[in-house]
Amino acid sequence: MKFLVETIIENLPLARNPEGETILRELVHRGGYKDLVSDVRSGKYLRFTVEADHSNEAKEIIFDLCNKLRIFNPIVHKFTISKVEKL
Amino acid sequence: MKVAVIQFLGSNCDLDSVWALRQIGVTTDLVYYKDFEEIYYKYDGILIPGGFSWGDYLRAGVIAANTSCMKLVCELSESDVPILGICNGFQILTEAGLLPGALIRNDSLSFICKWVTISVESKKSVFTKDLVIKSQLKMPIAHGEGRFATDDLNKLYKNNQVVFKYLGENPNGSMDAIAGVTNLNGNVLGLMPHPERASDNIIGGKDGLKILKYFLT
Repeated sequence: MKFLVETIIENLPLARNPEGETILRELVHRGGYKDLVSDVRSGKYLRFTVEADHSNEAKEIIFDLCNKLRIFNPIVHKFTISKVEKL
Repeated sequence: MKVAVIQFLGSNCDLDSVWALRQIGVTTDLVYYKDFEEIYYKYDGILIPGGFSWGDYLRAGVIAANTSCMKLVCELSESDVPILGICNGFQILTEAGLLPGALIRNDSLSFICKWVTISVESKKSVFTKDLVIKSQLKMPIAHGEGRFATDDLNKLYKNNQVVFKYLGENPNGSMDAIAGVTNLNGNVLGLMPHPERASDNIIGGKDGLKILKYFLT
């Protein structure tokens, strides 16, 4: 079976996120949402199509792959699998 | 010392580095990364030049760091082979795990190309062992992902691994204005400024030779 695994890579808090800060300051706050929105973090989104027997296996394959191949850099990045979906 | 300047797909400071080394008398070859495994034993030193290996896709340096060429460079580093990584070369060395920390997008989000002054902070690296602590070097930087970040700054200071710092303005937002670091053994050095672009007075100065001349030994 084919599964779609969505992943997000974002900076850890130790590494400032100037892109998110700029979007917050120059678009969100300037556009009138200052009282409602207090933070924006930008990151990278990668979507994998993977062959697996079940969704947990698909998740494990991508988790292992991303760690093994340094798809994210653990020194500065937080890595999240945001969604696993059967195709 | 015979030096290999390794050319990856997207290296663009490779020929400048070869020129700078040859003009001070270092026997230097330009070596394509796929050929390095066949002829690595001919070389006593390695320079990984600047550029945009594999277009900086995913993260600057990460794809080059995963090549079998870099796996061999990692093995050679354990035999005290001196290895210098400049700009993208520095990024590759951190991604390969040979140097601590990471180089991330500049604070300004802009590509920065300008001359900067850096200070020598450590003689732990073989490339700086003969330089004077706190002496200043002028060299150009040219990068979009040069903001040095680490999860353990204290450890770097404790081990004397912070080799260069930007003086005056911190151009990219690096932690503690760090411009270059070495490994625990001192044989691997990475820096964002370009010594090879500061190798003749006609191009603005030759402070970079103070680092490159180690390859003459």
